[in-house]
Formats: sequence, C-alpha cells, structure tokens
Amino acid sequence: MNRDRRIEALRRIEALKHLIKQRILVLDGAMGTMIQRHRLDEGAYRGDRFANWARDVKGNNDLLNLTQASIISEIHRQYFEAGADIAETNTFNSTSIAQSDYGMEEFARELNVAGARLAREAADAWTRKHPDRPCFVAGAIGPTNRTASISPDVNDPGFRNVTFDELKDSYRVAVEGLIEGGADLLLLETVFDTLNAKAALFAIDEVFEGHGMRLPVMVSGTITDLSGRNLSGQTAEAFWNSVSHAEPLTVGLNCAMGPEQLRPYVAELSRVADTYLCAYPNAGLPNEFGEYEQPPEVTAGHIREWAESGLVNIVGGCCGTTPEHIRAIARAVAGIAPRQIPRVPRRLRLSGLEAFELAS
Amino acid sequence: MKGTFVNIGERTNVTGSAKFHRLILEGDFQAALDIARDQVVNGAQIIDVNMDEGMLDSEAAMVKFLNLVAAEPDICRVPIMVDSSKWSVIEAGLKCLQGKGIVNSISLKEGEEAFVRLARKIRRYGAAAVVMAFDERGQADTAERKYEICERCYRILVDKVGFPPEDIIFDPNIFAVATGIEEHDGYAVAFFEATRRIKENLSYCHVSGGLSNVSFSFRGNNTVREAMHAVFLYHAVAAGMDMGIVNAGQIVVYEEIPDALRERVEDVILNRRADATERLVEIAESYRGQAKAREVDHSWRQRPVSERLTHALVNGIDEFVVEDTEEARKQAARPLEVIEGPLMDGMNVVGDLFGSGKMFLPQVVKSARVMKRAVAYLLPFMEAEKAGAARATNGKIVMATVKGDVHDIGKNIVGVVLQCNNYEIVDLGVMVPSAKILETARKEKADIIGLSGLITPSLDEMCYVAQEMTREGFSIPLLIGGATTSKVHTAVKIAKNYDGPLAYVVDASRAVGVASKLLSKTEGATYADQVREDYAKIREVHARGRSAKKRLPLSQARANRAPITWEGYRPPKPARPGLTVFDDYDLAELTARIDWGPFFQAWELAGRFPEILDDAVVGETARSLFNEAQAMLQRIVGEKWLTARGAIGLWPANTVGEDDIEVFADETRSGLLAVVHTLRQQMDREGRGRSNLALADFIAPRETGIKDYLGSFAVTAGIGIDEIVQDFEKGHDDYSAIMLKALADRLAESFAERMHERVRKEFWGYAPDEHLTNEEVIAENYVGIRPAPGYPACPDHTEKRILFDLLQAEKNAGIHLTENFAMVPTAAVSGYYFSHPESRFFGVGRIHRDQVEDYARRKGMSVKEIERWLAPNLVYDPDLAEG
Repeated sequence: MNRDRRIEALRRIEALKHLIKQRILVLDGAMGTMIQRHRLDEGAYRGDRFANWARDVKGNNDLLNLTQASIISEIHRQYFEAGADIAETNTFNSTSIAQSDYGMEEFARELNVAGARLAREAADAWTRKHPDRPCFVAGAIGPTNRTASISPDVNDPGFRNVTFDELKDSYRVAVEGLIEGGADLLLLETVFDTLNAKAALFAIDEVFEGHGMRLPVMVSGTITDLSGRNLSGQTAEAFWNSVSHAEPLTVGLNCAMGPEQLRPYVAELSRVADTYLCAYPNAGLPNEFGEYEQPPEVTAGHIREWAESGLVNIVGGCCGTTPEHIRAIARAVAGIAPRQIPRVPRRLRLSGLEAFELAS
Repeated sequence: MKGTFVNIGERTNVTGSAKFHRLILEGDFQAALDIARDQVVNGAQIIDVNMDEGMLDSEAAMVKFLNLVAAEPDICRVPIMVDSSKWSVIEAGLKCLQGKGIVNSISLKEGEEAFVRLARKIRRYGAAAVVMAFDERGQADTAERKYEICERCYRILVDKVGFPPEDIIFDPNIFAVATGIEEHDGYAVAFFEATRRIKENLSYCHVSGGLSNVSFSFRGNNTVREAMHAVFLYHAVAAGMDMGIVNAGQIVVYEEIPDALRERVEDVILNRRADATERLVEIAESYRGQAKAREVDHSWRQRPVSERLTHALVNGIDEFVVEDTEEARKQAARPLEVIEGPLMDGMNVVGDLFGSGKMFLPQVVKSARVMKRAVAYLLPFMEAEKAGAARATNGKIVMATVKGDVHDIGKNIVGVVLQCNNYEIVDLGVMVPSAKILETARKEKADIIGLSGLITPSLDEMCYVAQEMTREGFSIPLLIGGATTSKVHTAVKIAKNYDGPLAYVVDASRAVGVASKLLSKTEGATYADQVREDYAKIREVHARGRSAKKRLPLSQARANRAPITWEGYRPPKPARPGLTVFDDYDLAELTARIDWGPFFQAWELAGRFPEILDDAVVGETARSLFNEAQAMLQRIVGEKWLTARGAIGLWPANTVGEDDIEVFADETRSGLLAVVHTLRQQMDREGRGRSNLALADFIAPRETGIKDYLGSFAVTAGIGIDEIVQDFEKGHDDYSAIMLKALADRLAESFAERMHERVRKEFWGYAPDEHLTNEEVIAENYVGIRPAPGYPACPDHTEKRILFDLLQAEKNAGIHLTENFAMVPTAAVSGYYFSHPESRFFGVGRIHRDQVEDYARRKGMSVKEIERWLAPNLVYDPDLAEG
C-alpha cells in the first residue's frame, strides 16, 4: 500500500471509530438475495472471460465481481442509498478452499481484490455525494465449506478434511486481496467452526504484521440451532473467549435464524464481550421453499427492540434481507443510543465448548 | 482454604500416568479418551495433555488425541492445556483447539528473544500461557530467584509483548521435599513464599504447579503422598496458588488427614524441624493403604537378601549394602559365592537394562559404586580364606591413559561399565608409559588392553604402544578410545602397527559389546577380521580423500590471507596491560555460568540442556544427575574443595613475516617476550572468495606501524581436586569421583568464559557495554575470540609451552604441562585473546609439506618433530616418499 492510500485508509478508520461511539451503525443486507433477483444464467456467470471454463459456475456469486461487475456495484449503491453505513464485499466464498468447488482456486486473490474494489468505488462515490454520511467497506470473509474441528466422516471422528494451516494459507490470500482492493475493515462472518475463525484471525494478524498496519476486524459467529451453539458446539460466550485475543472491533452473530430466535444469544454476547457488538439476522426463518418472507418492518421492529435494550452497536441484515429491510432497520435505530461497552473485570477466561472463567 | 482453586487433570499425560502412557503407545486412543473423560467427570476443570515420549511421534499423537477429544462433547467442554517441552508439539496442539486453551509452558531458559517470540505466537493462537520460573541460569529453587524470574517474565510479557496479565499463569516449580538432601527441605516453603510475592505484586496473574512432584520421595505410598498433596495445597492456596495440575479424583481434604500424619507431613512441607523427614519416614509405613500396596520402594527391605542386593544394585542404593552383603556372606559357603551369585546376578540385570537402553550411564555408575562397596567388604574375608580360587569373570582388561596425557573421565566410565558386566579391570591410571602397560598385561594375563587419551599427541603415543605390542609378540585385542581418537585414526595409523585384534570404541555404552565379541570363543576371530576389513575400506576412502583434495602452496595461501584493511584501524589498547594473576577466584561466580551441555555429554546422556531435563527418555536420569551435580557444586563452593587460579596477560604485539606474532613486554616494543607461531589453512578455495586463514592475520603486521595487542590466558578450577578424588576412590565411590572431575572441567570452562568476558569488558575493555546472556556467551556472540593451542585454529600443542612461559603459568596459575603438553590439573583451559572485530574461529585443516618445513624452520625444530606433533593435520603421509 502506498503512503497516500495508507493515510487515507487510516483517516477512514479514525472516522469509523469516531462514528461508532456516536450512533448505531448500519451494515448492508443480503448480497445473494439481490443477485437472485437478476436471474442470471450460466452464460451470464461465465461472461466472456470464462466462456470455456470446464465446470459449471452458475451459483458462484463471487465470480460476478469479475464477470458482472456492474450488477454488484449497483447492489452496493442500492444499500448505501437505503441507509447502510457499511457495505460488505461480495467475497463470502472467495477463498481458494471455497472456490475449489468450481476449480477456481487460482482466482481467489483476484476475486477479493475485485470485490473490495467494487465496494470501495461505490462507497467513495456515495461519500463524495454525501460527505456528511461517509460510507465504509467491510471485506467479507466466509467460513469456507470445510470444518477444522469436525470430522466429515461419522465413522472416523479423528479425521479432518482441512487443517489449520491449509485454512490459514487460504485465508491469507483472501485477506491480502481485500486489503489491496481497499477494504476498511475485515468481517469474518458466519463462523460455524471457531477453529476456522482462529485460523483466519491468525492469517489476518500475520498479514497485518507484514503490512505494518492493522484494520479493524469484525468477527461474527453463527448459532446453528436452538441449542444456542455454533456448529462446532460452542456457546456464544465460549466463542467470544476463543476469539477475543484478536481484539476485534466488533463481535456478534449473524445468519441461521431470524431476529427473535437470535435475541438471547445476542444478549449473552452483549453482556460478556467488552468490545462493540454487531448483529445481523436473517429475514426470519426460511419457508418450505427456502425463501425468507419476514417483512422489513418486522425485522426492523425486533432490531429496534435490541437497540432500545442497549444490546447493539452495528446492525444489518443477512439472508433474505433487501435494501427495503435495511432502510427500515436504519430508520428503526436512528436516534437510539448505541450500546455502551460493559466493564468486564480482568479475569482468566478460557473455553472448551463452554466458557471457563477463573473467579479471583 | 481461602481462595479458589482450579483442578487441572494430570492423567492424560504420558509422562505422568503409566496407564495413559501404555494406552497411547499401544494406539488404544478410545481407552485413552476414557481417562480424559474420567478426569472431567471427577471434577477436572481443565485437562492437561502431554505426549512427550521418545517412542512416539509426539506431534502426531497430540493431533490425533485432540482431534478425537474434539468429537467428545463431554470431554471437550473444558479447556485443554497443551503440555510439551517441545514447541513444535505445542504448536501442533494449538492448531487443533477451537477453544481458548493454555500452553504449558514457556520460560526464559532459551533467553528473552525466544521467550518473546513464543509469547507473541501464543497470543496469535489465542491461548493463555504457563510461564516457568526458569531462566538462562536454570530453574529457580529459592523464593528469591523464583520471584525475580517471574517478575522479569511479567514485565516482558505485559510491557513488551502486550500479553494480557490475566492470561499469565506462573509455575514457580514444585520440587520434591523429604529427599534426604538438606538443600531440598526448603523447597515447599520457597514455593509458598514466591507465590505470595507473585500474587501480591504482579496484578491479575495466576500461580499453578505440578503437585505430584512434591511427594516424589514417597512413590508407592499413596496415603502419605495424598496427605502431602493436601497439606501442600492447603498452604499453597492460602499463599495464592489458584490452579494446579492434580489427579482430580484423588484430592484429600486437609482436615481429614489423621492428626499424627498431618503434623509430620506439615513439619516436612513447612520445613519446621531438622528431623522432619526422618519422622515422616518413621510413620509412613503404618499409613500405607492396604489395598494400594503394590510394588513399593520401602518394601524391598522385606525381601530375601539376594533380591535385596539386586534391588540395591539396580537402584544404586548403597545405604544397606554392607549389612546385606554380610547377611549373604553368612548364608554362603564361601565369600566368593556372594560375588559370583547374588552380586553378579544383580550386575547382570544392570548390564541388561543398560544394554537395552533402560538404564543410563549415571545410574550404572551408581550401581557400580554399590558393587564396589560390597566387594570391598568381602575382600578381607576372601584373603583370610586364602583359598583364593580366581573368580569367574568375562575377562581381564588392562586400561590406561597413555604417557603424556592425564585425562581419564571417559576411561574411568568405560572401566565402570565393563566392571558392571563382569569384566575384571586393572586400571593403571594416567600418564602410563608403554612399558608399564605391557608389563602389567603380561603379569596379569590380561585378555584385552585398552588405551585412552584426549589430546592429539596421545594418538602418536598409542601408535607407539601398538608397535611395542607387536615387538613383544602380543596377540591380545587392543581397544582404542578417548575424545581425540577416531575410527579413521585407528584404521589408518594404529592398524598398521599391530596385527592382533584391534577396535576403536566410540563410547562407554559400546565397550561391552566390543569386548564380549572380541573375547568370544566362537565369533572372536570372525569379528576381528570384520573390523580389519572395515578398517581397510576406511583406509582406502581416506587415501582417496587425501589425494583428491587440492592444496595450495603456502605462498599462494599466504597471498589469500584474511582481507583485513589495516589502514585507519586503531586496535583497542588494553586497560590493564601486562600480567594479571588471580590466586583464588570466586567459585560461586563461576557456577552460575556453567555450560551444562558438555556435562551431560560426559555422562553419555544425549540432548540439549535444559530440554534434556524434561526429555521423555532420559529426563528423569538427567534431572537426578543435575540435582546431584548441583548438590556437589554447593559443597565444592561451600567447603572449598577446589581452588580456581588463573593468569591473563595482555601484550603489545605485531605480526611478522606473515604467520608469526611477536609479543613484547611493553609499549616500547623493544623487549621481545615471545614469538607465537601460527599455522595457515592450505585448502584450495577454488576462487570461492574465502580466505586461507592463520591466526596471525588478526594482528596488525609490523609494517603497518599500527600498535596492536595479543592476549593470553591460563586458568584452572582443579587445584586441590586430587585429594578429594582419592577420598572418593578410597570409599569405592567412582560415581562421585567422576562427578567431581566433570564438574571441575565445567568450572574451568566457565572460568575461561568469565575471564574472557571480563577481558572484553574490563581488562582489555574494548567492549565495556557488552551485555550478553549466558546462552549468547555460549553461542559466542561477542567480539573477539579465544583460541586454544591444540584445537583446530592452532593445532600445535607445543605452542602451549610458549604460552605458558609468557604467563609463567606454573607459578602464577598452578598449572603444569606434561611432556606431551597436557595440562595438569586437567580442569584447565589456556589460549590467546584476539580483539579484532573480524577475528573468528576456523580450522587449519590439513597442511602440506611446504608449510611443515617452513614452520619447522620458524620454530627451530626438525621437520620430523613437527610432523610428529602435527600428524593429524598432515595432508601427506610422512612415512612415504613424496609422490
């Protein structure tokens, strides 16, 4: 990163850190839902560049950063217009591990650079027009489709189809790309296996060290069912203890459930985490066709209650949410004071599946 | 008890639980998981996992076990403590933990840099850390040192690394008490005191420790051990210990310990009375749990006398050996039967255990001590009996350190090991002339002659002994050993002088195998032939190697000297020029700087210090050896067994005629004190940009007009050693005699190192601000060198005479030279100091006839003489005509 870009980036980080103290910030909504609306076919996904790619690539939404850039730019614009302060890059699956489904590992870095650049351009364009409401870019980093602490083979519980080091190396490439493309923050989201997240945080820390500069990091877990645990079995508090060493700007939860199911765990994290809290639920639970139907004002209503209860600092939407949802959410939290970071006593906190705290 | 206490389960540890160890080695990971589960069920709030076992791929075992644990929600609900002495194993473990675990452990033992690096990594992996009270100087045993190290670690971690103080868990070392060694009596109290200070002064951190260590002396008596644990915990928790590695199922409540036992345990733990240990031992037996009476340490006294003797030999316990030997003698028809029966049976067990790698050298030497005491007790009875039928042995071996050499640690160890294997040893000691060796061999009807030596001239002496054996018509096997000897030398040089069976023995553990094969009636001849063939091949390879390597003519080598730019260089002027003498250097100052690595090598224990103390295979032996070494060091210093003397000299000097250094008495540079002759590398550098070095290159040539300086030193820590060694030998205690010699060697090295440091900082004073850790000093990360005559940079031992004259070392340091330039006392180091920043170590390697001739002329000696002293460094065979 050259000096001017670095200074610019540092200014934006300062602005963001200032802003998050002032009010509840709004993250954008679903990317996939918006892409679906375009009903793109295989040919549209491929574009000219990948016309002859050996495998089907329809559904590889991140590829659109390269082949249908204008669609992605437009989605970002719509979310900013709806009131989002932070756009998530279209890079959820842009790790070499996730791209291996399409045989496109080699493009991992390029997908991240392009994804971050599109969001950067959209944010900068919006900020130029509305200097009073600066917009930011969060580089989205998904969980990949493998789990470092769960065996894919029920008969061989000690087996793993991915290692910490493989994840770390794969994440490293993604993170480098996101930074090059101009992300202001890194958003490690939909963490279903905390060990994957730890590998990502390790890679992020190494990259930061290499760059001599740190971007704020957001970590967002996902509670996969009503037992209140993530896929790898951790409670929300255990999850926080596992990732707190990265000193993230925010910790929180996203996806998997609608706001009403998610609330108790948001509240739990809000109580224990001495950092900002970010939550962005799905638009309710999916119907039998896998579609999300919760109307914007319902989602926004729940989130308003979270805000009024002092649980959140950043809110937004995950699967099934649209610019309409974000507009409703932005309105719902406007003027409500952000959550105060709780004073948590310094104690040794560890975790297995459950949290451990040494009372002193 | 006040305060909270977190139980860390200790059973999933291959070094701590025999059952877990067995299951992991057998690959029964399912059953191993059950142990982990039991720990959690029994209340362990964290489980410690350790796979440090020499037979295991520890990293793979750690990964496999933790991956399996991750699939067991009832186990992995608790945090994991990843425990290993190897960072690679810890790191492999951290990569399997989705939770936030604990690393056990890191410390300053490798120095601050490594400590900081690992702490940063631990932080990046998101774990807490156990920090041991262990620094560059070793493991802390006093409250003061424990606290100081912990405080230093805390400051580094918190201020420099940004490590959260609440994630620091100090382990101020729980050591065994009631060991019978007085110094150990205060260990528990020191732990409590250190804990109290840590918790008072170092905010938010924690204190933990491995509880089972404290009761180590009472292995087998679980009632007493558990009482000790409970009492220790009671006081430790009160002092602020808030975590501990314990057997979660076995914690006894302090109040439930019977009063009488508790009082005596408490006396021991709190070190309340001098006889606390004895009083606890007195009653310990009566508290032994009936059900738990398995194979136990103190019960061996109940067994038949022959078994007691075996037990004493295998365990190196000499406390009861005289009474047991007497009992056995009364039962036997003749005293000899005691030796040939129970004692040899016991030694055979020792030999087998050693041979199969289950016992280690220090233990074997202790066994030999027991044996010698038993035999010494029986000797008068055997003499009285006069029916002296020779006892049946595997063979008689005459051993000696050859003429001109005085080093005997290795030879003594070999002797002890052979004795343990029922060889009769006739040890002629050191500086033994050939005639004496051969005369004794003939008189004693020896089956083997063994020769040892440490300095290079001894190689030549060994060739001479071999020649003499041929001349006198010997045909018995000749064994060659010692630090300077090698298979190549034996094959190339000695073999041609002796036609009988000949073998080089690399270390003590091989000696028995070689001796038994050579003496075997069935395979002896075949084995000797095999060795001979092997040596013939080595000779061929060696000959090819010699001719294949190109050497530069001396003139060309000189032209390629070290490219030092003298113009503008100002050599540092010594702050204290001339001679400085130390009559009685403070030994305590030297003990702290000991480089322990070579000490363990002397005992044939492989591994780096201090890791070796935690080594899965030899760790226990190494620890016990180390503890005994420490105990002896305290006596050496406290009772002044040894005196350290030394002399250093810093002289005006300049290089003349390329390779010689003129040394002057004072700055007038008129009175020539000595000329130091150096040798130059002659290997063909083939234009690879490397120089052909000689030490003279590092001193400014006279022509430059620059006033340069050369330093010299001779130090010893061995004054007074002979009397003490003799006392030990009189008491048949080879173990202590060897230990003392090995420690004196270490002290002398430490003295040399310390002197060099003071020369750099003080006496010469060219590096006044140098601040190095012990490790950095050992790694030679300083400016300047201290090469020693007889070592690779200046392989000519005869130069030692010039060095000694310069220092008047006999008078000033009490060190003498033998005719072959070995130093007496052997615990001595001598050499030169060079200050030039570009001076560095190198090996002269092999030199050509042109340099030998030039060197002989410069030294005023005959070419033949020089060829004899430099035999190992000649590129050519002086016995052959130049081809």
